[in-house]
Amino acid sequence: MSAPDGDCEALLALAQSVVDRAAPGEQLECIVSRRRGTSVKAYDGEVESFSSAESFGLGIRVIRDHRQGFAHAGSHADDVVADTLAEARDNVAFGEPDEWNGLAEPDGVPVVEQDLWDPTLLDLGPEAKVDLALELERRVTGLDPRVRSVRSAGYADGAGAAAVASTAGVAVAGRSTSCSVSASALARDGDETQIGGAVDVGRAPGDLDLGEVAADAVDRATRMLGASPTASQRLTVVFDPRTAATLLAIAGGTLTGERVLKGRSPFADRLGDAIASPVLTLVDDPTDARSLAADSHDGEGLACRRNPLVVDGVLDRFLHNSYSGRRAGAASTGSAVRGARTIPGVGCQALSVVPGDRAPDELVAGIDRGILVQSLSGVHSGVNAVSGDFSVGAEGLLIRDGALAEPVREVTLGATLQRLLLGVEAVGSDLEWLPGGTGSATLVIADVSLGGR
Amino acid sequence: MLDEAVIQRTLGAALRTGGEWAEIFVEDKRSSSAVLDDGKVEELTSGRDRGAGIRVVVGETTGFAHTADLSEDGLRTAAEAAAAAARGGSGGTRVADLSRHTAPRPNEVGVAPEDVAKATKVELLTRADRVARDQGSAITQVMARYGDSRRKILIANSDGLLTGDDQVKTLFSVSCVAFGDTGMQTGRESVGHTIGFELFDQYDVEDLARRAAERALTKLHAKPAPSGTLPVVIGKGGGGVLFHEACGHGLEADLVGKSASAFKGKVGEQVASPLITLVDDGTIAGEWGCFAVDDEGRPAQRNTLIEDGVLTDYMWDHLRARKEGRESSGNGRRQSYQHLPMVRMTNTVITNGDTDPDDIVAGTDKGVYVAQLGGGQVNTATGDFVFGMTEAYLIEGGRITDPIREGNLIGNGPEVLTRIDALGNDFAMGSPGMCGKDGQGVPVGDGVPTLRVTALTVGGTAA
Repeated sequence: MSAPDGDCEALLALAQSVVDRAAPGEQLECIVSRRRGTSVKAYDGEVESFSSAESFGLGIRVIRDHRQGFAHAGSHADDVVADTLAEARDNVAFGEPDEWNGLAEPDGVPVVEQDLWDPTLLDLGPEAKVDLALELERRVTGLDPRVRSVRSAGYADGAGAAAVASTAGVAVAGRSTSCSVSASALARDGDETQIGGAVDVGRAPGDLDLGEVAADAVDRATRMLGASPTASQRLTVVFDPRTAATLLAIAGGTLTGERVLKGRSPFADRLGDAIASPVLTLVDDPTDARSLAADSHDGEGLACRRNPLVVDGVLDRFLHNSYSGRRAGAASTGSAVRGARTIPGVGCQALSVVPGDRAPDELVAGIDRGILVQSLSGVHSGVNAVSGDFSVGAEGLLIRDGALAEPVREVTLGATLQRLLLGVEAVGSDLEWLPGGTGSATLVIADVSLGGR
Repeated sequence: MLDEAVIQRTLGAALRTGGEWAEIFVEDKRSSSAVLDDGKVEELTSGRDRGAGIRVVVGETTGFAHTADLSEDGLRTAAEAAAAAARGGSGGTRVADLSRHTAPRPNEVGVAPEDVAKATKVELLTRADRVARDQGSAITQVMARYGDSRRKILIANSDGLLTGDDQVKTLFSVSCVAFGDTGMQTGRESVGHTIGFELFDQYDVEDLARRAAERALTKLHAKPAPSGTLPVVIGKGGGGVLFHEACGHGLEADLVGKSASAFKGKVGEQVASPLITLVDDGTIAGEWGCFAVDDEGRPAQRNTLIEDGVLTDYMWDHLRARKEGRESSGNGRRQSYQHLPMVRMTNTVITNGDTDPDDIVAGTDKGVYVAQLGGGQVNTATGDFVFGMTEAYLIEGGRITDPIREGNLIGNGPEVLTRIDALGNDFAMGSPGMCGKDGQGVPVGDGVPTLRVTALTVGGTAA
């Protein structure tokens, strides 16, 4: 991979050159991005595929007379940039006037610079990438006689940069590297097959722990061998950090200004109320360098900042981008999330839970009857973030008399998001920064409905 | 889209380092969408994506590279990158002379999206908003979305194939929020077809808006769903997602080949109730998952996968078929030029049975009736799958009674297929879907008649 070192300056210059074409009375914002990446998949001791990619993004937002238009393209070619600007302008006429439409105004909040670029990634040649993928597959299939093959094992990386400029005076750029190894292991016993997956992500290959990924994937697959459904019951649920992160993301998603203003958050009128158990504190903090989603600027170019959302169970604030902040009479919390193909939305960027003081095995030891959940399914189809209705498929291990017992599959967990948050009995001490950038820990939630046989 | 001589030279460059087979996939996609939310048309968005993906195969290895630069230099650079990743072949493969193949389109497009004024598209949204809000003061929020796309593709490979397609899709959806004593509930309706703006001659957006609003209002009175195993009657149309998850993914040859499917080694065996004939059909005119050629240039086919309960075949793409020395079944699809193709479904349907759907409900003493399904997910290794119910009711004494709250149903594909004991004669296609696999989304359709599963686990909260 050749180093796109100059990208920040070049991209910012490109974005600025589009902004410079703004007509009088026109607010204009341009986001441009460029990323190179590779992906290697190993299967049965061979390279199954080796992909190399370079992609471009361009998004132009135009606001005039409180009307907004947008256009995007996957190229930075001059004619494409000109066409995209013309399209965005043409689209303005069809949006309805909204007095709160507007660009983000620089707000003077100091930037906490994040170093997301590790040049050692660029030194890794294709052969070394292939070796990582093959080595990972070898490790997965070498740990346990019941795991002889994978569904997939691979290495992927990317290095890219993005810039945002606007007529409001925003002009920011940033670059980042990332790489990952991931495996899904197939464990077999007679006619039965179970699958278990694991992934590790870092800024450069030196951050990746192949042994850990292989062991985790194999453990998650093998411990499900012999799993069967269990009887319907109400019980205590222990979400491991990975499944807890799913729950936290759903909760965090309901706490955006956009959802609140448009009447789609079950917590809309609950500011200052206890919406969760007092043991739960949730913070969205992209300035925390431990998160892989850490960043210096949000999607509108404002400085990222630390936003406590729920403090000791009490709803502290909602997240805002410039639109929702303006409309709510608040200010942007630096929480605009977007790619080059979308207008800025509002969302959590690096959500984390404040860990408790007990290790997961201590927590399990205190539970008479429960389930340790290692994977969830159907989150997109069974969770309604507006009503809070929550119903998901689950797999994991039963907990009996304080100890892990037999594996369970083909069961559901049912509750509402509101009840789950209030029902958190404990947060584990095992804070873990997950590949998606969420800081998660074991969560113990009492009295959840398990649907089974 | 590209000069034939340039294609020929690009494929030649792709094979220079010893590749056995090479392919170029060129895509030029334009899209437009508009969203109305909170009473206002927020904005109109236009998108343009154009580029090429180049694949080189040597033995078991595929090299792939893509570029947004469609100049001959840009294509050669991508071809060399793909070739570098797939080295060590015996070499000697020459690019056959390209010969152009044209596959018949499942249907013609009546009104191309670019020929429709933007104002006309936007006007649909305001009509939908007005009608949805007219359904009652309990309707507190409405979002309506219009989208269209035109995707021109060209595929050429070193076997000499040169073909392409021009795929036009149009989509419209309405989502409502209703507010009542029990909090908020939502209702959604969507239509999407592989046709142009004539979609709106076939469907009335006001009717969609009315149904979405009614669904949200109905759910305000919904009881907690039961929790546990019950007979479940799935209404016609959207129930196809059950089969998409219960067995569709498990019949994709790439997963079968890796022993990651519960259906491996079962061709010729009775895997489902004899009532069940499952067909994956990319040729159904205008449906969301139809096309003239797949993303490897193979004409769309109608493939019977399960016939009277017996597994007859899997679905195949070029690579998996080549390995087995057979033909692709026209199921090689990719999200865009930036992605490698893999085995994907098109329109997955269960053919009609002969029972009156009313009799199926009447013959169910206690159970759940699912009128609309959401998405789903499957663990293909175990066959365990979930799918969401976005509109469902209790069945008591053979009658549909109270609405129940949203949730998932869970089952095991191979078990559920054998537990279908009634199949209606009212086949219908469901709503347009987006199927995700290994990070790629492709449009798919599905359809079923009303049917009953004797036992499925309902993921509610009521004991």
